[in-house]
Amino acid sequence: MRFEVADTLEGAASLLAGEQGVAHVLAGGTDLLVQLRAGMVKPDLVVDIKHIEATRTISESDGAYTIGAAVAGAEMGEHRTLASDWPGVTEGAELIGSTQVQGRASMGGNLCNASPAADSVPALIAAGATCTVVGPGGTRDVAVADIPTGPGSNSLGQGEFVATINLPKKAANSSDAYLRMIPRTEMDIAIVGAAANVTLGDDGTIMAAKIVLGAVAPTAIEVPEAGAALVGTKADDDALAAVAAACEAAAKPISDKRGSADYRKKVSGVLAKRAAKIAFDRASGNA
Amino acid sequence: MTYDNENLKVVGTRPVRPDGADKVTGRANFGADFSMPQQLIGKVLRSPHPHARIVSIDTSKAEALPGVKAVMVGEDMIAMAHEMSQSGESAIDVHDLSLNVLARGKVLYDGHAVAAVAATSAVIADDALDLIDVTYDVLPHVSDVDEAMKPDAPVLHEDMFTAGMDEKPATASNIASRMEMALGDVEEGFKKADIVIERSYKTKAVHQGYIEPHAVVANFAEDGTATVWCSSQGHFAIRDLCAKLLGMDSSAIRVTPAEIGGGFGGKTTVYLEPLAIALSKKAGRPVKMTMTRAEVFRATGPTPATSLDVKIGVTNDGQIVAAEADFRFNAGAFKGSPVGAACMSAFTPYTLENVKVVGYDVVTNACKSGAYRAPGAPNGAFAVESALDELAHMLNMDPLDFRHQNGAEAGTKAVYGATFREIGCKDVLVAAKNHPHYKSNLGPNQGRGVASGFWFNIGGQSNAAVNVHEDGTVTVVEGNPDIGGTRAAMAMMAAEVLGIPFEKVQVVVADTASIGHTDVTGGSRVTFATGMAVTQAAEDVVRQLKERAAATMELDPEEVVWQDGVAHPTKGEAKPLSLADIAGDAARTGGIIVGRSSINAKGAGPSFATHICDVEVDPETGRIEILRYTAVQDVGKAIHPSYVEGQMQGGAVQGIGWALNEEYVYNEDGILENPGFLDYRMPVASDLPMIDTVLVEVANPSHPFGVRGVGEAPLVPPLAAVVNAIQDATGIRMTELPVSPVKMLEALEANQKQAAE
Repeated sequence: MRFEVADTLEGAASLLAGEQGVAHVLAGGTDLLVQLRAGMVKPDLVVDIKHIEATRTISESDGAYTIGAAVAGAEMGEHRTLASDWPGVTEGAELIGSTQVQGRASMGGNLCNASPAADSVPALIAAGATCTVVGPGGTRDVAVADIPTGPGSNSLGQGEFVATINLPKKAANSSDAYLRMIPRTEMDIAIVGAAANVTLGDDGTIMAAKIVLGAVAPTAIEVPEAGAALVGTKADDDALAAVAAACEAAAKPISDKRGSADYRKKVSGVLAKRAAKIAFDRASGNA
Repeated sequence: MTYDNENLKVVGTRPVRPDGADKVTGRANFGADFSMPQQLIGKVLRSPHPHARIVSIDTSKAEALPGVKAVMVGEDMIAMAHEMSQSGESAIDVHDLSLNVLARGKVLYDGHAVAAVAATSAVIADDALDLIDVTYDVLPHVSDVDEAMKPDAPVLHEDMFTAGMDEKPATASNIASRMEMALGDVEEGFKKADIVIERSYKTKAVHQGYIEPHAVVANFAEDGTATVWCSSQGHFAIRDLCAKLLGMDSSAIRVTPAEIGGGFGGKTTVYLEPLAIALSKKAGRPVKMTMTRAEVFRATGPTPATSLDVKIGVTNDGQIVAAEADFRFNAGAFKGSPVGAACMSAFTPYTLENVKVVGYDVVTNACKSGAYRAPGAPNGAFAVESALDELAHMLNMDPLDFRHQNGAEAGTKAVYGATFREIGCKDVLVAAKNHPHYKSNLGPNQGRGVASGFWFNIGGQSNAAVNVHEDGTVTVVEGNPDIGGTRAAMAMMAAEVLGIPFEKVQVVVADTASIGHTDVTGGSRVTFATGMAVTQAAEDVVRQLKERAAATMELDPEEVVWQDGVAHPTKGEAKPLSLADIAGDAARTGGIIVGRSSINAKGAGPSFATHICDVEVDPETGRIEILRYTAVQDVGKAIHPSYVEGQMQGGAVQGIGWALNEEYVYNEDGILENPGFLDYRMPVASDLPMIDTVLVEVANPSHPFGVRGVGEAPLVPPLAAVVNAIQDATGIRMTELPVSPVKMLEALEANQKQAAE
């Protein structure tokens, strides 16, 4: 196995593109190193991208954020405005693993590892985030939702990797939230995750809403019916019940050692309505 | 002699533990930290099947791989006859142990060792494992204890005929033994009962979860001796078991104990050690072996899964008139589950006239169960304390009052034959009832549960030497690996007896050649038994100090008293002499002073515990949060109260894990699905509130300071305390552990449905 440290985006792309065998990108390494030790992956090349400045920086321009793919969840939480502008996105990233893991684990890795249970992904999709993909053919912007294609697989081409994750300028009177179900409080993988993003009109009624579920399908899924159920409401009990029902109907989970399909369906509704309420309260300035 | 509680200067205080700095700075050497020049890396090939006949093993390709220095299979081990060897809290059949170390003929569980290699690197060793061709004839398997007892179940051992029956059974079965113990006449007792309940419960196999995987370095020398470095709960047991399995003399094996990163009973037997010695002998070089976490889960000894029936009868005024239990323990691949201890302990917190307990030790295609902190007792107590809670509700009695009314006390005869002397069972119940926790208010979806538990504690063989140095400092040499802060406790007892400051005493855990045989660190015995040996060795020093002082003072030894580290003449004008004075002059007065003690300590006082647990159940997700937890226990005398509290907190936490999330998940194919900490869910720190502790001190009259073992009793009550709290919060009686969110939500919904109908 060859290990290379890239110091530019282009350099990383050309190293990855040049490898004939199996190449892996190392950002935080909290998935890759575990997979290496367990013998789950046997790469011929590992390219460390966390020494490239662009992958390690959070920058803000006119309200829009560019977050380097190797920025750790803990760094997002410590950022001056990111956590207040995007509390749901930030809390998703800050839930990964444990305090120690969050010092390393990145949204880039969480996204490209393509676990259906990835904690940082649902809120990013709900936020309408994109990512900048760098590859041998140059750079392209892709919706975060289009990166994972199934458990452990993503849409990146040969030699491509995610350099940054980009959050649009936050809409006025909007906010977001992310909740997940794990039996413990940390060091666990979501049985269900649910993100909500709501935007209020001047009268305090929801005028746009997105609900995205994790761990209930091969990839995170948006539930448009759940979002629609919130529009025109103030997240009252009836609206929240409709959100829950829509999510239960949309969830297509599997049964495994972490939870039954039936459990996941029910809890996806519970978490979605709770996340929606939190997002609504935050957007209303009541949280 | 015994020491008066009022005059203690060191015992009962909270000095910093001597091993603490090394452990928190990473300087301490644990099992995997030791290495030797020229060492090889050993690895084990493990069965992918739960039950299969080994048709053939071809190791030729592995042996031909450059860098591979030794390969061994089951046939390289000595064939052993069935023979019980004492190890720790339970006896081990060396025939079974040998087959567990390396399979012959059949593999009996997913992860069973089938071959071992030693190579110049870990990568080559792994490659060598891939090159070993094993042909298996896969057999039907059985993982569940109740299934394994059925007549048509696949039989693991063709030579296993149930022991303990009036007549030897005609056919082999998976039931290794049946045991029964009774007091009075339960049939008659139940006739007097106003209320009788019969309930069934199940628990899953759970692992001790020690943070340090098993690791060993062995060096077999040309003269036929072997030196071994490993972490264990008892290096003398490791030495003796290796000697037995390998046909060596005990004196030919010297085991040096590493620091131990947790054991909880799981490190009282051998897995890698005999293989490392045998591979080293074959290769002519030292061999280091370290288990991965997956190997620890798949192939070491968790506590058994169990299936438990309980029947209890009470009168309307709350008197238990009869109690009966039937316990079925899943021993895993080889016999030897702690079902006996479960039978002996489950009803023991109570004074019962009529009680009968039956236990079955059953083998299945799962890894062989091992000792885990109060082995067997948490399972039995889970069943009994759950049923008692239900009865208290039916009687409309406070559950602590109900227990107190029936509680054991001095003079109570237990079902296993013991009659108690001074015990703290009722004192603990009173302390629990008076605790502010028990009187505090609860909110919606919250509930409170209590449960009690008992553990025997043991004594056993211990050795200690106390070396007095010329400058007046002291080294205590003993033979028990320090798991729970015992270096501190030993130093404190020695300092107390000698009348010198704690800081003047160092404690060394010596290797098997440097101190006499000492039984394992287990059974909650070390502070009691080894503490007794250290106390006596220190008293031996005091006797010699007085003799030397008396000679210098030209008095008889009886005319000298020892007080606060100084020999005082009771008559004449001689100057008092301190320990340092006498030690400095020792060469002149007869040579260096060494105190010794070698004992088989008797009179370990039993410990009783009662825990109070508050939970909140999320009615929509089934998630259970522990809100508040208080552990109350009779600890005899707390030598170092912080470490006693630590034992109680640790036991409570392990029990909470056992109750809520921990379980071995064997799938339909008999394969362990969760051999790692991600999906084997032990509690993490953020899951728990601070565990409150109350130390009730009812001195054990058999110990000079009144010590009772404290390490195991705190794991006995939590399972039922949690489940009883869940019942209080939801009205639902959960009878199968663990109560995962999935299981809890199913029960909540079934309950709702029932209510609606």
